[in-house]
Amino acid sequence: MSNNGLKSGSNLEKVLRAGHFAFTGECGPPKGANVEHLKEKYEHLRGMVDAVNVTDNQTAVVRMSSAAASALMAADGIEPNFQMVCRDRNRLAMMADVLGVYSLGVRNMLCLSGDHQKFGNHPQAKNVYDIDSMQLIAMVKKMRDEGKFLNEEEIDEPPKMFIGAAANPFADPYEFRVYRLANKIDAGADFIQTQCIYNMPRFRDFMKKAVDMGLTERTYILAGVTPMKSARMAQYMAKMVPGMDVPEELIERLKGAGKGKQSEEGIKFAIEQIEEFKEMEGIAGVHLMAIEWEHKVPEIAERANVLPRPQID
Amino acid sequence: MIVADRKPLEEILDMIKECNKILLVGCKGCVTVCNVGGAKEVGILAASLKIARKKDGNPIEIDEKTLERQCDPEYVEQIRDIFDQYDAVLSMACGVGPQFLSEAYPSQTFYPALDTKFFGGAVQHGIWEERCAGCGTCVIHHYDGLCPIARCSKSLQHGPCGGSADGKCEIAKDVECIWDKIVKKKMEQGRLEDLRTIRAPKDWQTARDGGPRKSIREELVQ
Repeated sequence: MSNNGLKSGSNLEKVLRAGHFAFTGECGPPKGANVEHLKEKYEHLRGMVDAVNVTDNQTAVVRMSSAAASALMAADGIEPNFQMVCRDRNRLAMMADVLGVYSLGVRNMLCLSGDHQKFGNHPQAKNVYDIDSMQLIAMVKKMRDEGKFLNEEEIDEPPKMFIGAAANPFADPYEFRVYRLANKIDAGADFIQTQCIYNMPRFRDFMKKAVDMGLTERTYILAGVTPMKSARMAQYMAKMVPGMDVPEELIERLKGAGKGKQSEEGIKFAIEQIEEFKEMEGIAGVHLMAIEWEHKVPEIAERANVLPRPQID
Repeated sequence: MIVADRKPLEEILDMIKECNKILLVGCKGCVTVCNVGGAKEVGILAASLKIARKKDGNPIEIDEKTLERQCDPEYVEQIRDIFDQYDAVLSMACGVGPQFLSEAYPSQTFYPALDTKFFGGAVQHGIWEERCAGCGTCVIHHYDGLCPIARCSKSLQHGPCGGSADGKCEIAKDVECIWDKIVKKKMEQGRLEDLRTIRAPKDWQTARDGGPRKSIREELVQ
């Protein structure tokens, strides 16, 4: 393979390949065409992370497209990780968007099923699910490695994407989760970003299984971290967000911190987690999802000792 | 069978508000089996409409008739002698019925009294559930007889997604996660390897996505 054996040559790929502990962030595009608002959010992440995930109508709420926001970011010198869900597009639109964002400088993408539109602000919408996340991963790999569309036609200039996928060790049935991760790696996932982790014992067990199966030799796993802003947020996530496992002890710990100090306690917990992930076998980095809290990322990165980010040519 | 629900009475009353005399036509097929459009339900709806209209000071005359099936031209002929004696005809069949009637009697107006919902069956008395999406290429043998195309909210061929919790789907606590069932059945039977295959994207041409469908049985065509 050309390009020093790199699949995409993205910064994230280079950081991981060089054996550094990766640190990625996240930015939800605005509910409008307000580019300044988008810029304001991602500027907090500049220099703090190796790539920024750009969410795709997250929680099925319509926003500026992840494709456009990713391209804007790439043009402004911040590396995006373009998220794509299977809910809103069929295979034609998906392949077209992969080519489109690649042509605009995007080199990483995260392949997701997507939250069902029932949760969002247009529950009346038709849901597409022409292909699922597993098939999306395989499709992008085929486009990159074989230079072919799904129908076997040749692509004029294949998109060299670094392919990501999600894993949720906290959804049910638990015993199957590591096998589903294995399937995503078989399908072609170069890296994995996990769902937000709060239940550390369960995650340790999941990672042990993944290591035992040899999965961490075949992909880079980035542990998902979302700092809690308050005990109320923790309670909300425990109850309302599908597939989220928030232990009661964490809620109690946040409550115990007292008024005005809960967000600091949430950040402390996140930093403790990051420290543990640095040492955990099979973990290649952390994906920090500071939801509507982008301005806190520099402080968290600083306190978690992940700065400065490696510069690799 | 095809499962349907009756439209709300107000909606039906609104449809026929200009009519003084209608024919209410039931069907002895699927909708009789799922207790929504057979002779009994025709009687109940006719009575309800008459009471409502009488209460409104605008009585309506309703004749009742239940055909063997409304999806068969032979039986649709059963109203040939009477169809034009009414301001409109209200069909209590699935969505196929009023269309076959409209095609047979272009001069008459037909209204649907039912909302046609899905292909399914009764899981207990009074409760029906969807089982088939009519995708045109059956794959249930890959999933031990449990169809993720019809029964997974995202029609995933590689589930369960990250929203599966305690055997329930992320969309609602009263919706089962069919992938939870598929996985558990495979694991219990020691056939987890069946789920370690990456399947090709489904060819939706045989589903409604390929355009309106037709089934031709050459040996029967005269």
